[in-house]
Amino acid sequence: MPETVTATSDFAAAPISLWRRAMNSWATLAAAASVVLVLVPLGAVFGYLVYKGIGSINWAFLTQIPKPVGEPGGGMANAIAGSAFILLIASVMGVPIGIGAGIYLAEYGRNRFGDLVRFTADVLNGVPSIVIGIVAYGIVVLTQKHFSALAGGVALAIMMIPTITRTTEEMLLLVPNAVREAAYGLGVSRWRTTLSITLRTATSGVITGVMLAFARVAGETAPLLFTAFGNQYWNWKMNQPTAALSLQIFTYAISPFDEWHRQAWAGALILIVLIVAAVSAVRIVAGRGMMTGAN
Amino acid sequence: MGVGIKVDKLNAWFGKTQALHDITMNAPANHATAVIGPSGCGKSTFVRCLNRMHETVPDARATGSVQIGELDVYNGTSAVQIRRRIGMVFQKPNPFPTMSIYDNVAAGLKLNGFHDHKRLDEIVERSLKLSALWDEVKDTLRKKSGASLSGGQQQRLCIARALAVEPQVLLMDEPCSALDPISTGKIEELIFQLKEKFTIVIVTHNMQQASRVAEFTGFFLLGKLIELDKTEKIFTTPSDKRTEDYITGRFG
Repeated sequence: MPETVTATSDFAAAPISLWRRAMNSWATLAAAASVVLVLVPLGAVFGYLVYKGIGSINWAFLTQIPKPVGEPGGGMANAIAGSAFILLIASVMGVPIGIGAGIYLAEYGRNRFGDLVRFTADVLNGVPSIVIGIVAYGIVVLTQKHFSALAGGVALAIMMIPTITRTTEEMLLLVPNAVREAAYGLGVSRWRTTLSITLRTATSGVITGVMLAFARVAGETAPLLFTAFGNQYWNWKMNQPTAALSLQIFTYAISPFDEWHRQAWAGALILIVLIVAAVSAVRIVAGRGMMTGAN
Repeated sequence: MGVGIKVDKLNAWFGKTQALHDITMNAPANHATAVIGPSGCGKSTFVRCLNRMHETVPDARATGSVQIGELDVYNGTSAVQIRRRIGMVFQKPNPFPTMSIYDNVAAGLKLNGFHDHKRLDEIVERSLKLSALWDEVKDTLRKKSGASLSGGQQQRLCIARALAVEPQVLLMDEPCSALDPISTGKIEELIFQLKEKFTIVIVTHNMQQASRVAEFTGFFLLGKLIELDKTEKIFTTPSDKRTEDYITGRFG
């Protein structure tokens, strides 16, 4: 006769102690409180910007360039366009380099050189933005002999690259090796597998990294001070000084005029709204045609 | 039509560890050959050497000769071309997670530059019918992701994907080990039908499975091929004592 096996009931049947239940409630409460603590500053910043800035936003603000000191009215249209222009230049340079370096690190970088690249990217990520501005000043402004949108774009691109590189690498490493093997097994070459399978599988994560980098540099002021420099008028030339929202906000905020202070608030609100809009738009567009599975 | 496989003095290493020792064997065309043996005996490494998947692992290498029909696998042909002629089904179902069912099946052709949509539609339908998945997915081909299917369906999807590139040989590395008995039954039935068109090499942990689907069975132990014979003979009167010990459950 086999012995009857009974559940080790000492453990299973013991009532859950009051202490454990209290700790459970406390931990849940602490987690919920943390969420509130995260959301409060965000809401406060946005709320305050709306409160201070919404009054100065009107059609003229969005379509006109600044008026001379003392004249009321005018707007930041050239700065909004300038910011978009500089960010476009920065993205065109920074995104492909960043993603390319990330692909290298994830797919080929298991070696000394890869470690060096990783270390360099991490250090570059910690370099103060004003220092990157000086570098762009040195390599672009001094050789071109004038401030330019290109110089601003280069400075921001340098800031975007390490963030994009590291997130791309991490996202690609999250793609299971089985997925790569499936492609190799079908006779798909390695570079094709990397681009069409691995990168595609990691797309949403890579986009998050790109958007993080984009949002971070979109509001940068210091690297633009002596690269893009700012401009009171329209500019669409790569090699001319260009206005940027962050620069305009800075100039207006430290001015002694109340009208400019109000416009600075409005500019800050516009900047935040545009960043959120750009990030959302890219997410929607890039997410099309992607399937998400239950796995 | 399938073609025969001739393996001569195949050796394989992971770094300095030798995983396969002088494997010499044949797998005849349009038959299923099963590869059995305890864990870590080199079964998977062996099939991965047949289509040069082995060398995708860092520091892995192989020597010796593998002939698949007229094709000399380790001489003169690129690994990528070899793999287009030899389909592979893996242990765990691995559909491309961001692709629809249709795109999963068409992936091998599309990624190699084949874009004739009418032909693709036909090939996808034929492959899914061959893998007995068509009726279950025909209405959601482009709407559902490959990853949204059940495990057994995913594995049949992976088989369809491998068949779509019209290989001559199908390698299956424990294709049912992650599946429930019903899905396993479906895939075994499938192997039976596929033999008409392909040569199949199947790695399995399950000796009943080997005896159900394969005409020939090879027993591997510690990286060596102990014996290869008709499946019936291996399971009833094996020539080697070690094979007998393994199939009677004395070890492994």
